[in-house]
Amino acid sequence: MTDQLTRRQLLERAALGGAAITVPGLLAACGGTSTKAGGGGTTVAHKLAKTLHFSNWTLYIDNKPGNRHPSLDQFQKKYGVHVAYNEDINDNASFFSKIQPALSSGQSTGRDIIVMTDNSRYPSLLVKKGWVEKLDKSAIPNIKNLVPQQRHPNWDPNRDYSLPWQSGFTGIGWNQKLTEPITTMGDLLGSKKLKGKVGLLSEFADTLALVMAYNGDDPSKVTDKTFNKAIDTIQKAVHSGQIRAFYGNDYSGPFAKGDLLATMSWSGDIVQLQADNPNLKWQLPDTGGDIWTDNMLIPKGGDVYTASVYMNFVYDPKIAAEIEDYVNYVCPVVGAKQALLKLDPGIAKNPLIFPTKQMLDNVHVIDPTALNNQKYQTTWQNLISA
Amino acid sequence: MGFFHRHRGLTPYLLLAPGMLFLAVFFLVPLGFLAYQSLETGSIDFGYHFTWAWGNYWDAIRHYRGHFVRSFEYAGIATVLALVFSYPVAYWIAFRGGRWKNLLLLFIVAPFFVTYLIRTLAWQTILSDNGLVVRILRDIHVLGSGGRLLATATAVVAGITYNFLPFMALPLYVSLEQIDHSLIEAAEDLYASKWKAFLRVTLPLSMPGVVAGTLLTFIPAAGDFINAQLLGSPTNHMIGNVIESKYKELLDYPAAASMSFVLMAIILVLVLAYARAVGTEKLTG
Repeated sequence: MTDQLTRRQLLERAALGGAAITVPGLLAACGGTSTKAGGGGTTVAHKLAKTLHFSNWTLYIDNKPGNRHPSLDQFQKKYGVHVAYNEDINDNASFFSKIQPALSSGQSTGRDIIVMTDNSRYPSLLVKKGWVEKLDKSAIPNIKNLVPQQRHPNWDPNRDYSLPWQSGFTGIGWNQKLTEPITTMGDLLGSKKLKGKVGLLSEFADTLALVMAYNGDDPSKVTDKTFNKAIDTIQKAVHSGQIRAFYGNDYSGPFAKGDLLATMSWSGDIVQLQADNPNLKWQLPDTGGDIWTDNMLIPKGGDVYTASVYMNFVYDPKIAAEIEDYVNYVCPVVGAKQALLKLDPGIAKNPLIFPTKQMLDNVHVIDPTALNNQKYQTTWQNLISA
Repeated sequence: MGFFHRHRGLTPYLLLAPGMLFLAVFFLVPLGFLAYQSLETGSIDFGYHFTWAWGNYWDAIRHYRGHFVRSFEYAGIATVLALVFSYPVAYWIAFRGGRWKNLLLLFIVAPFFVTYLIRTLAWQTILSDNGLVVRILRDIHVLGSGGRLLATATAVVAGITYNFLPFMALPLYVSLEQIDHSLIEAAEDLYASKWKAFLRVTLPLSMPGVVAGTLLTFIPAAGDFINAQLLGSPTNHMIGNVIESKYKELLDYPAAASMSFVLMAIILVLVLAYARAVGTEKLTG
């Protein structure tokens, strides 16, 4: 018997995977026979599946009224593969805990592509645990279009398992109707006028990177000393009542409503929020922001060939430009800007989407070893849920 | 037919079987797994191993005592508030509702047609700093000019009270509805004032509803984390939030499991003490 999964087996396993979430122990105990599903030296069949199961974050692909995604329609037209597109990722941690029981008991998650952020611990954890499939690079000639800065992340040095979907910046957003510009972390954490109306991000890497940069420390090399200093800085702001709460994607509501005058926030969100509320402004703090990348990964049991063909498809600059026109995050595909200049010059010239060199020089990447440091993570969680 | 007739003694067990099986598979097995997990040590990177790690329990209590206390405090206040709000409503519907009874009950249950999360998110809008409620409270100087409701303990307790109110109101209604009116008339015939008749007849007869309602409210409220997360600030987080972050963010399953057990144990002790204080016969009516 080969290790290859048929669609049908995959679906059956997906159904089991669903049950595994309810009784993880039970299935872990008796799932022995299927543990090696699609594992080890997977031989890849160069045959397209009928359906590609793609899990992504909300508002993260081109979108037309009636929930149509033109780029996915084009994919179907070209390859005859229907994409079952699910916006079921809201934050890295929740999504990981959703797929973890299936993966740890050797079941398929029922997904062929998932998207996870590299400033969380999860992508490297998935690679380390062997819970993701190797890409079929023979099916991805367009990988040559990957921007050079993204080619060798330390958690996947040769991009054997992952390809960037989008990147984004973490910086400070403020409501210019209610406050003067807030462009320094010092103001955000200390200005009396903002007391109780400031949001920080619950994502460990984002908040830590910005605060460490503000403290004059290097976020790409976290030591106990600089970590503790950053925690002290944040703790002081929490105790003084400056911080209203730590947010995930959900800062957008209070920020748009004016409950938050200023908040740490993600670049692409602000571009989207500005469409409804032009008073919302965003900038990298003077001491620097951080950059992160969401990565496409193929979870164990996913259809490697079909997923790889899809990845190749979105690395076509023309398709990338179409997606970018809606998504408004930072595009990892070389040539997309030129394609977009014809399609929508306004968007193509937005530095939040195709950043200037000056912006790229002013952003940090968090030390990946800190992400997997259990002691740091525990300290952080204790801080944000005081 | 013949089989059931011959084995009449078996019938109750056969009827019980589906429920028992359900409980065994979906309650006892996960609970056993949770107990096992709570005694493990290790990390997600290197795997978890069973080591009889009783220290997990000690750590849970030692490090998060404040969160436990806060959870029971919020849940307790919310339960009392829910009782105070629902008793008159349930009383009025039961005794004065007349032909509108069912419609009025529907109003109490109506919020349940909307999911828990959406209801709580709606409170974010209601209590927003620039919302009507806060503006009025500022105008009448209940809140200072910079005062707010959202992201405070008040908002968390209010959210819990609101979300669990039907669990209080419905059992109260059921027990009040069953009261035989002639008993109250008899009390009045024996020269009891209306108030006295309420205290000596209605209230004691409605105790099963009070007990059921308080338990149904208090137990889930103590473990709640949604209200604290959406309506509170970090300083209002309850034990549910800590368990959630241990499980989801830190992937520290043993810690999350042992904290869940500590929570369960405390609730059990409190419930037993409560049952004893009000008398167990009240639980069953």
